Amino acid sequence: MCWAIPAQITEIEGAVGKVELAGTVREIGLRLIDDPQVGDYVLVHAGFAIQKVDEQEALETLELFRQMLSRSGETDEIR
Amino acid sequence: MRFVDEFRDPEAARTLAAQIKRTAKDAPPMRFMEVCGGHTMAIHRFGIPHLLPDNIELLSGPGCPVCVTPSTYVDRAIEVARESNERPVTLTTFGDLYRVPGGTESLEDAAGRGLDVRTVYSPRDALKLAADNPQRDIVFLGVGFETTVPTVAATIMEAREQGLGNFRVLSGHKTMPLALRALVEAPEVALDGFLLPGHVSTISGPGPYRFLADEFGIAGCVSGFEPTDILQAILSLAEQVVEQRPAVENRYGRAVRADGNPTAWDVVEAVFQPADSQWRGLGMIADSGLAVRDEWQDHAATPPEPARQSLEHDRCLCAQVLRGIARPTDCALFGTACVPGSPVGPCMVSSEGACAAFHKYGTGHE
Ligand code: SF4
Repeated sequence: MCWAIPAQITEIEGAVGKVELAGTVREIGLRLIDDPQVGDYVLVHAGFAIQKVDEQEALETLELFRQMLSRSGETDEIR
Repeated sequence: MRFVDEFRDPEAARTLAAQIKRTAKDAPPMRFMEVCGGHTMAIHRFGIPHLLPDNIELLSGPGCPVCVTPSTYVDRAIEVARESNERPVTLTTFGDLYRVPGGTESLEDAAGRGLDVRTVYSPRDALKLAADNPQRDIVFLGVGFETTVPTVAATIMEAREQGLGNFRVLSGHKTMPLALRALVEAPEVALDGFLLPGHVSTISGPGPYRFLADEFGIAGCVSGFEPTDILQAILSLAEQVVEQRPAVENRYGRAVRADGNPTAWDVVEAVFQPADSQWRGLGMIADSGLAVRDEWQDHAATPPEPARQSLEHDRCLCAQVLRGIARPTDCALFGTACVPGSPVGPCMVSSEGACAAFHKYGTGHE
């Protein structure tokens, strides 16, 4: 029930924004996050944005995976 | 989907699983509890148990909101609708609660007798019903943890701003840290680590879980919900155990900041205050719930406690499953008398209950 899905804000009007979720446009409440902007990725839960997705953090995690994969490739070759 | 698919990369998952095996090799058995029902679902859906070495066991905990909601809450919800009131009542609820058995009947049964019960996706949908039906009282059944409470608090604020006095909330909300404290203070099962809830921590931050490491020496790691998120968090837990340095790590940085979401929590604190709360399986835990503050009572539903305390089904092991001392497959009714189509207990009703997850993905049948 604590499910939250990342989605991009496409429109903002006051404390309400629009996002596209699985092909349908949904209205979400924006009063739980600071300074929402069109283009932001947010986590959507029960009709509200509950946090902005930290894109920098996401990219860093993925970079970590890439390094890990290349390292495991090397050890495979050595074996 | 962006920020989802990248974290399902099977290559990365395999590499993480190999790292977990290397880390846990020669280590004594480890038991980790996943607190969040969403984790339970994801773990079984992605077949995570099959990727782990034999000495790492995962147990489900008290993090499925509907599962820990006692049947008296359902009784009280039905009581609200029965209250003599100047306006007829419509109950609105998240779908997961709809079929949970109460003491005598579920919301679904009550709807069958003619009670007006609607399932909604968001408390905002309930508020819209209130705007569209001024002749009725729209009561939203507020169940859920830190993730969900801000959305309900914000909706109560909107109700007042829009002058919708016919929108009320029956709060059954709960907060997670004190439940984990209750669990580790009366240990029935030795736990080495907690896979900490992702979206609960989005709001609270990881800080409230620090006591697990500091006071009890138990490892902790906040996890996301994709396979590589979960495997990364399990790897962190295994490392903490093997290196004997329990901590509260965060492997869900894209959604969980060190201080959580203070803006959202301010909204919660404006509307709600801590209150004692009854948990299925764990009993009454002081201050582990949230009640509507006096200033907002005009938007609260406060039915009297039902005269009759409802009895839980005596063969359902849900209460034990929620404490990690029984597995769904230990229950004699699992898969026979109790199936998702006709569930006996809430752990089978809720789509993220441990019994439902085991049943759907065939865990324990291999
Ligand atoms: S299988 Fe059904 S009856 Fe058994 S513990 Fe789970 S919910 Fe309860």
